[in-house]
Amino acid sequence: MVLEFFRKQKYIAVQPEPVSRDIPEGIWVKCGRCNEIIFSKELDKNCKVCRKCGFHFRASAYERIAMTLDEGTFKEMDVDMLPVNPFQSAEYEEKLQAARKKSGLNEAVVTGEGALQGFEVVIVVMDSTYMMASMGTVAGEKIARAIEAAVEGQKPLIIFSASGGARMQEGILSLMQMAKTVAALDKLEKAGQLYISVLTDPTTGGVSASFAALGDIIIAEPGALIGFAGQRVIEQTIRQKLPEGFQRAEFLKSHGFVDMIVARTELKSTLAKILELHLRGEN
Amino acid sequence: MSATLEFERPIQELEIKIDELRKFSREKGIDLTNEITILENRAREVRGAIYGNLNSWQKVLIARHPERPNAYYYIKNLFTDFIELHGDRCFRDDPSVAGGIGRFNGYPVTVISHLKGKDTKENLARNFGMAHPEGYRKAIRLMKQAEKFKRPVIAFIDTPGAYPGMGAEERGQSEAIAKSILTMAALRVPIISVVIGEGGSGGALAFGVGDRILMQEHAVYSVITPEGYASILWKDSSRNREAAEAMKVTAQDLLALGVADQIVPEPLGGAHREPETAADLVGKALTANLNELLGIDADILVANRYKKFRAMGNLDGLIE
Ligand SMILES: [Zn+2]
Repeated sequence: MVLEFFRKQKYIAVQPEPVSRDIPEGIWVKCGRCNEIIFSKELDKNCKVCRKCGFHFRASAYERIAMTLDEGTFKEMDVDMLPVNPFQSAEYEEKLQAARKKSGLNEAVVTGEGALQGFEVVIVVMDSTYMMASMGTVAGEKIARAIEAAVEGQKPLIIFSASGGARMQEGILSLMQMAKTVAALDKLEKAGQLYISVLTDPTTGGVSASFAALGDIIIAEPGALIGFAGQRVIEQTIRQKLPEGFQRAEFLKSHGFVDMIVARTELKSTLAKILELHLRGEN
Repeated sequence: MSATLEFERPIQELEIKIDELRKFSREKGIDLTNEITILENRAREVRGAIYGNLNSWQKVLIARHPERPNAYYYIKNLFTDFIELHGDRCFRDDPSVAGGIGRFNGYPVTVISHLKGKDTKENLARNFGMAHPEGYRKAIRLMKQAEKFKRPVIAFIDTPGAYPGMGAEERGQSEAIAKSILTMAALRVPIISVVIGEGGSGGALAFGVGDRILMQEHAVYSVITPEGYASILWKDSSRNREAAEAMKVTAQDLLALGVADQIVPEPLGGAHREPETAADLVGKALTANLNELLGIDADILVANRYKKFRAMGNLDGLIE
């Protein structure tokens, strides 16, 4: 009984915000799940996954690219593209400035081309440090351009999604980015090109209900929160608490919405294997 | 009028006075025609002034008006030989979404729509127009059928948003909406989307990837409800009026932003005051737009639709 009690306690713990980002390099980091103290360089070496419990810390866009692509192969597209403030809101302008400072990025999405174990790919990475990687006009534009680059360059596309949803400050224009990106994916589909969608923590709202849901192959990282509606909104609507594990990657897989859950430490080799199986012509 | 909006109070007061005068005149046999005419003219003026100068929040209230005609009303008034078709062939029939086939001006078309109820009882059955994944999957099925039989698609949008519930998540609300958007983007027949009430978030966009996006004069369309915007961004859902202004939700806003293609006028005082006139006006707009689209080759149609949505948000070429 006592053991049972402790076990329950342990599982009730919610996944806290990852803390690694705010701590300067070379400092110890505490695991958000098991409280293990980890040397942050050691954590980086293990793809920001806790060696003790397997907890996946959130990774920044450039960390993700470094983990995924062969060293020195990444060529970023549209680096200087800045977000637009269509309704000239001072409040939004402030948020954009703060997000830029916090993340060091011009927008919540980094796009480009590179090689993954020698395979040429187009890659899109969303960074939740930047306004929860919400999708505004320019984020949508960068993603659409990356998809078009995959169509034109006849390269496979890999998108690492992470997003709180639409960028509400851009109103209806942010909603339209769902249609813009999905329409671009239809071109990729018709070009017969591979699209691998990798869902990372968290992938919700308008992003989950557009390009993220449409991969030929959909991979999720362990424990990632994935869903259309926010958990608080659902709880308010149904007036009850959601069960443990609801909208987590494992839940999505058991309900048939992702192909596989892959630990980040295995992700690059898994992606390479999939890319190899889709090689065209030569074999 | 059982449901009077706060800002319509001055009109209502005049209408009550007119009724009283009529009753008085009838009972006492006194001719009050002149007085009544003066008041009627006054009421028309006041209504014109109020409706000519609505703020965004007032538009939201009109768009949500319980007596505003729902999609069934337009379907019954605009299409002949309409046959409703049910079910997603996977799980169930979602009563929040209606779809079927019928004739528009004698021409066979497929109709899909969100469906709010006319009263509380029907609204409970229809989940207040908030669809589950099955609703979108029913629509996807019917749109693909429309493509097979080369029928244009008319889509009516009227929903606060997709339903945020457990079953909806378990059955893939995200996947269903994404697939609906993809289906519309690729569909090789003309699509006209008409916002007839409130268009809320991804649940609305799931029916909104049309060659033409029409909005009724007092319809609204937004990324999230004003209440949701205020509670998420300002942690204060009572600032909904401000949120409605900030988000730009009205048909007039969306026309200016290049999202809506055309505003369909409503009778003075809103569609709920003269539903028949409202339906007539929607019918006229559909006819004009359908006539333009019917002759276009499918490849060009899809390419133009792509261009249209590809440019969304790139106001005045702001992006590079
Ligand atoms: Zn740990």
